[in-house]
Amino acid sequence: MIPDHLLPAAIVLTSLVPGLLIFALDEESHVLRTTLNLAGAVAKLALVGWLILGVYEGRTFESRLNLAPGLDLVLNADALSVLFVTLSTVLWLVTTVYAIGYLEHSPHRSRFFGFFSLCVSATVGLALAGNLLTFVIFYEALTLATYPLVAHRGTPDAIQGARVYLTYTLSGGALLLTGAAWLHALAGPVTFTQGGMLAGLEGQHDTQLVMIFFLLLAGLGVKAALVPLHGWLPQAMVAPAPVSALLHAVAVVKAGAFGIVRVVYDVYGVTLAESLGLLSVLAVLASVTIIYGSIRALSQDGLKKRLAYSTVSQVSYIALGASIVGPIATIGGVVHLVHQGIMKITLFFCAGNYAETLGVHRVSEMDGVGRRMPWTTLAFTVGALGMIGVPPVAGFVSKWYLGLGAADAGSDWVLLVLVTSSLLNAGYFFPILFRAWFKDPPASWPEEHVPAGRLETAAPLLWPPVVTALLALAAGLFAAAPVSPLEWAELIARREYGL
Amino acid sequence: MIDWLALAVALPLLGAVGAVMLPGRAPAIGLAGAVLTTSAALSVGLLVAQGTALRSDLGGWGAPLGIALAADGLSAALLVMANLVALCISVYALDYFGAGSRRHFWPLWLLLWAALNGLFLAADLFNLYVTLELLGISAAALGALTGRPEAVGANLRYLLVGLLGSMTYLLGVALLYAGLGTLDLKLAAAALTPGPLAWTVFALMVGGLLLKAALFPLHFWLPPAHAQAPAPVSAALSALVVKAAFYLVLRLWVDLFGAVTDGGAATLLGALGTGAVVWGSWRAFRAERLKLLAAYSTVAQVGYLFLFFPLLAEAPATQRQDLLGAVLLLALTHGFAKAGLFLSAGLLQKAAGHDRIADLGPSIQGLPAVALAIGLAGVALVGLPPSGTFIAKWVLLSSAIGSGQWWWAPGVVLGTLLASAYVFRVLANAFERGPRHGSLHDARGELAAAPVSIGRLAQAVPLLMTLIAVAVLGLEAEPLWDLLQDRSP
Repeated sequence: MIPDHLLPAAIVLTSLVPGLLIFALDEESHVLRTTLNLAGAVAKLALVGWLILGVYEGRTFESRLNLAPGLDLVLNADALSVLFVTLSTVLWLVTTVYAIGYLEHSPHRSRFFGFFSLCVSATVGLALAGNLLTFVIFYEALTLATYPLVAHRGTPDAIQGARVYLTYTLSGGALLLTGAAWLHALAGPVTFTQGGMLAGLEGQHDTQLVMIFFLLLAGLGVKAALVPLHGWLPQAMVAPAPVSALLHAVAVVKAGAFGIVRVVYDVYGVTLAESLGLLSVLAVLASVTIIYGSIRALSQDGLKKRLAYSTVSQVSYIALGASIVGPIATIGGVVHLVHQGIMKITLFFCAGNYAETLGVHRVSEMDGVGRRMPWTTLAFTVGALGMIGVPPVAGFVSKWYLGLGAADAGSDWVLLVLVTSSLLNAGYFFPILFRAWFKDPPASWPEEHVPAGRLETAAPLLWPPVVTALLALAAGLFAAAPVSPLEWAELIARREYGL
Repeated sequence: MIDWLALAVALPLLGAVGAVMLPGRAPAIGLAGAVLTTSAALSVGLLVAQGTALRSDLGGWGAPLGIALAADGLSAALLVMANLVALCISVYALDYFGAGSRRHFWPLWLLLWAALNGLFLAADLFNLYVTLELLGISAAALGALTGRPEAVGANLRYLLVGLLGSMTYLLGVALLYAGLGTLDLKLAAAALTPGPLAWTVFALMVGGLLLKAALFPLHFWLPPAHAQAPAPVSAALSALVVKAAFYLVLRLWVDLFGAVTDGGAATLLGALGTGAVVWGSWRAFRAERLKLLAAYSTVAQVGYLFLFFPLLAEAPATQRQDLLGAVLLLALTHGFAKAGLFLSAGLLQKAAGHDRIADLGPSIQGLPAVALAIGLAGVALVGLPPSGTFIAKWVLLSSAIGSGQWWWAPGVVLGTLLASAYVFRVLANAFERGPRHGSLHDARGELAAAPVSIGRLAQAVPLLMTLIAVAVLGLEAEPLWDLLQDRSP
């Protein structure tokens, strides 16, 4: 069908091309737009399936475009990129369905879906990036493609939120660019290499390597919402629900976390990063972020804001996993990339459903919402339990491996962080669950848009969270199955550590 | 064999004469001249790309007596860019000018075009002076085309500054001729040795050109002149005319003065470039009008071009080629992007009746293609991927750090951030849905201009240009480096 050297490019193009076509569409060509969206998403899924098979067999896929002497745009697939690409592709399909239902009858749909597709293309591109230059290119493209989505509603709040978002991310991008160009000057083209591209440079240029690491970390930390660079995330909550869902689960936040994983494992390599003392700094930053985000989440009444602070906290588990030496913690961190994505997208879909169906935006308005919307609330419950780390939902698996890895590496204080954070997670999720299931519903909802019928809300809004909640359950229940995210994370850890 | 070099200069001149003689048919003649000139320029580019070194001595008189034209990779690339941009501007101008200004626009425009092509192709220092002078005069006349007092004032200043610049340059040329007895670039380069003569000549020639290239702090004349001109003229001034002066500096640096200057001059150029990047971007950020913003952005972008000089001066021969390619890519990308931005601004100005950034919301939302073009131009001006500017900036940053001149990096980064700030200040208008955009009256209570229909072609032109800046030059720029391979005639 498609030759191996074009497959990575084709995977990016399956959303890029529909996105560009959608821009040219009339606002009213609803059917054509939906067809393009779904056709792109399904085609991407098929191509990714093929890619997974190939990578598992050990085949190499690489698309390369020469930009200038010594500068190549490289897309290729290793185990880590396949994990992230699969996550993005599956969740893109689900989110597209959700967004079609969510944006029914709202203005500027062509603009929205155009940028939505560009956003996914950028995410997939940075997942497949084979060197640091390519990563930077797609990382910046992601910033650009997301800006119109955050600003989409056009209200003063949205414009303000988008401006804050842009200020943070473009400043971060400038630091990342500086660090990447510096590294390029120091070591030549930075190809992502399992075990670390810089592994041989130990003992030379140590000071420069440390400075470069912190430039890169600052650039990536903005998107990954590491404290104190997280300020944009709660403000970006003004975006429409599907955008928040995508932002928190796959695209922006995850791009930062993925970048940190890449830099630690495939640029510096664990050994060099540890000997330079970089990992302990990262561990402290991640831990502070985990605790801080959870504490802030406790006091938020806005449901989406509470979820946003929860993201700040949860995404740092990935960075935490990368900061602990040893394959077990690596598995925990990498698998959380997937688990957090599935769980958080479920929670945001549900939050969107409450808002769109009943006009419920605040935790204090959620009394008895479980009786009116049982399926949505069930999905929400699965997501919330997973975030806390209750077995058998996926989140438990991540935390188990992180704890095990920390104990294995002798970093016992990390266990304390994990326990504290889980308690705090319970502290901000259980009150919601309690209200939703056990309190009496009010006489009328704030703004009931969808009357109660056979389904509690519109079908395209209902199915996505149910599906992702089931995925989150399955990822936990069948963690030992041969195609689970956990198994794949183990494959990655084996290859990174050369076991 | 057809002498494409001579045609590229002669065709626009013929067109200008034709447009003067038949003012009623000026647009048709102008467009025909534009198409033919561009074809000649493309042929030059193609021949150079195939490895043919081009040189022609008009009238059979060789150096040092006659008029000589030549093209190498550097000049061919700029020539092709300038002609494609000028062709786009011509198509756009068909729609833009009313019956009154049409008959003045076309002759002057073709004259400017001839001067521009002549400048890129001239092989001796005196012809460079003639084309430079002609370029300055026709540019100032075009800039004052609206006849409004502020436009005339700004462009009169532009004219005088330009004259001062070219006179200084001429003084340097005269001194050089007195000392070496030749005006041919190659012969002069062979004869020039380090010493007081070389340094004086260098200071005079480059100093005059810096004034014309509007390098900070000699940029004071540029913003009013570029902002007051009609949109197609602003596009040509910012994208091409300034670029011509920069080309001359680069050409003289590479061919003539490279061996006789020390690092000090290059460092000075770099420092001024940094100043331009920061100051220009800051003023663009503070500008209230879109065209003034675009003009200050040109000041900043010229600064980036000059940042390459200290790197070129220090670089070993192997890296020189990389750097030259990058600075060329930056110049080409800016040419397309800035012209696209000015043309878009012109459309918004027509639709809204003004170009106050704060009140552009309704018109920018009514013209999504224009909004997209501004967005793409912005991507190229900030230097975000996948534009050509991004590649150039990457090379700039990594070779600055790699050669130990890391102090150029903070200015580049700061300029990038300021550029994003000014670009997105404009783009936010495309999304904003505030109450003040709801009524027919804008913030100052003036009645918004009656809806003007903007032709589809006029909208497509800037979009096409910015797409070239972002997608083509960003992803397919590799041939530029091949073009720069040594192929001296």
